[in-house]
Amino acid sequence: MSNGTKYWTWHMAAGVVLLILLGLHMVIMHMGGTVHLFSPHGTESVSIENSQWRDSKICFAISNILLLGVGLYHGLYGLRTILLELSLKPALAKAVTVVLVLVGLGLFGLGSWAAWAAHTVALAGGNS
Amino acid sequence: MAEIKRHDNRLGVWGWLGGGRWGVERYAYILHRLTGLGILLYLLMHTFVTSLRVTGTYMWVGNGFFHQPIFKLGEFCVVAAFAFHAFNGLRLVLVELGFAVGKPIEPIYPYKTSVGVQRPLLIVAMLLALVFLLVGGYNFLGMAK
Repeated sequence: MSNGTKYWTWHMAAGVVLLILLGLHMVIMHMGGTVHLFSPHGTESVSIENSQWRDSKICFAISNILLLGVGLYHGLYGLRTILLELSLKPALAKAVTVVLVLVGLGLFGLGSWAAWAAHTVALAGGNS
Repeated sequence: MAEIKRHDNRLGVWGWLGGGRWGVERYAYILHRLTGLGILLYLLMHTFVTSLRVTGTYMWVGNGFFHQPIFKLGEFCVVAAFAFHAFNGLRLVLVELGFAVGKPIEPIYPYKTSVGVQRPLLIVAMLLALVFLLVGGYNFLGMAK
């Protein structure tokens, strides 16, 4: 299996994982008024109280990090596929790949740190 | 290691948006790309904005910048884009893996295409996306308490 095929297979697998994780994220965060899942403090699922309640649960911290990693891979690999269809010169194609990898790693680092820090802060009683 | 031999995309960006007489699947392909790019853009911003909660900055509540009606509409657009991209993507994975394309047959006139097998799958995927969208719309219109 070539690297291209391997990464494309990972891209599809990431899409299926996203369908589940992002689907749950959408239902919990953006349809809170309808389903009332994991929001014990009133009906506003994205209120500070409910956000901090979820941040205090380690399963949410871990699933947020997983969701971010899978989402960044799927999204940035998809963007790379679209850009490389423009028949870029090899040097430019390589530069696109490097930039997207750096952007992905940077955002994954920031988001993972934030998810874990928010978990720690929430366990300590919150910051507001 | 086998290398993929790419063909020149002489049409460039127009190659994504144009290309001849299309079936509905080709429009789904364009919309899939556009919604994917939109969701990616949102993800990049969302990561920054939600990371700020570590500093006690919740930009989406109370008097926060994102607690304005226009952003509520934007949030609904993200849900709509997700609903389409997710269910159409699931259809694409099934087709990519060889499901829902029919069995290979001898090319005997009048020729049969796999569209007759794929089209129902597209319709089911769009119906599921519509259900997700309706639930999301019900929530965003404030009917849910």
